[in-house]
Amino acid sequence: MEWPGLGTAFWLQLTRDLRLAFRHIGQAANPLMFFVMVTTLFPLALSPAPELLMAIAPGVIWVSALLASLLAAESLFRQDIEDGTMEQLALSPQPLSLLLLAKTASHWLMTGLPLVLMAPIVGHALFLPAEAVPATMLALLLATPVLSLAGAVMAALTVGLRRGGGLLSLLILPIVMPVLIFGARATDMSMQGLDVSGVMYLLAAVLLLAVSLAPAGMSAAMRISLD
Amino acid sequence: MTAAGNGAALLEGKGLELWRGERRLFTGVSFELRAGELLHIVGPNGCGKTSLLRVLCGLTLPETGDVYWCSKKVSRNRADFHASTCYLGHRESLKADLTAEENLVFQLGLRCWLSSADIHAALDKVGLTKQRSVPARSLSAGQKRRVSLARALASGARLWILDEPYTNLDVAGRELVDQMMSEHLERDGLILLVAHQAHGVAAGVMRRLELG
Repeated sequence: MEWPGLGTAFWLQLTRDLRLAFRHIGQAANPLMFFVMVTTLFPLALSPAPELLMAIAPGVIWVSALLASLLAAESLFRQDIEDGTMEQLALSPQPLSLLLLAKTASHWLMTGLPLVLMAPIVGHALFLPAEAVPATMLALLLATPVLSLAGAVMAALTVGLRRGGGLLSLLILPIVMPVLIFGARATDMSMQGLDVSGVMYLLAAVLLLAVSLAPAGMSAAMRISLD
Repeated sequence: MTAAGNGAALLEGKGLELWRGERRLFTGVSFELRAGELLHIVGPNGCGKTSLLRVLCGLTLPETGDVYWCSKKVSRNRADFHASTCYLGHRESLKADLTAEENLVFQLGLRCWLSSADIHAALDKVGLTKQRSVPARSLSAGQKRRVSLARALASGARLWILDEPYTNLDVAGRELVDQMMSEHLERDGLILLVAHQAHGVAAGVMRRLELG
């Protein structure tokens, strides 16, 4: 018996998830709202002195991006488990790892990519120098998929639990720590006018590692959760 | 050996045993199913009927024993087996925000090439012609079940695994299920059925497995 190829399956899953996300755009925009609110509250809560805000800008942007994607990871698979569609994915002839990777890709498009696009505006509120903006966006572009992928593996592992929320954060945080460190460093270095290519290569390497390992991890964890 | 038992066994379970925590749900469950046969699994509530179905379709790993499809271990040939099975579980596996048609286009699109005419034909057959583009959230429980039945019809799967297919259906719906199953068996299909009530399928092709 023959069945449609991997590309078709990936595309079907990606478009279905995007369509669902667009029908509930409010929910999908939650992480972005969180990111914007946290970063813009700092200038209000602290004194609006440019030199102070500039000093904390890398930290604030990266910590908020990390927390926003942590917030988003929780809901990644929950709905699908509850309505039973995940069972059907696991019972389709397509590799579960591919379908979950497609789900994560659509999740990143809805929750990760908006953070990258919003970074210049948020940076402006924090007096981030204009020359640091491209480097920050590139670093976020490399880092947010890693955050989504790591979140997806852990979400697949904890989705079967009643109260997996707290556990999920505990599991994700140590894994994404390198991303936070390299990412904030990239912003910091570009503010000082240093060469950031080394940091970018490291982030790209982490991304490649995550893309190649996470699908297998997600699918194994999901099969355990469905058992 | 039943009257319709022609050819080799397509689906076999050998010495299946499953534990849930400290409780043994079943042990030593073995059976064979040939083309055109129906296995009716019966037993009291909580005896592990649904768990057995989940083991047979590969969602749950049994403690011991193996399931074979066309004499090959299911655990080693997952894709082949899943391409020829259709599982209807307790839950309808429908996305509430997608229409009946969109749900089917996605789920069936992962397993076979179907035109929208095929999907319309399946929805017509289960009596949902008008509800085609209604979001699944506004369908009644019985209508949702009918969408699942349409999925089984259009999937072209050889083996149907049906967990209480009669739930929420009206009299006409139950007759539809019986008719679908009879036709499927005539096409040399296989059916695993969990149902408390008797079904209206001809007895010659039926096997019975009692649990608990």
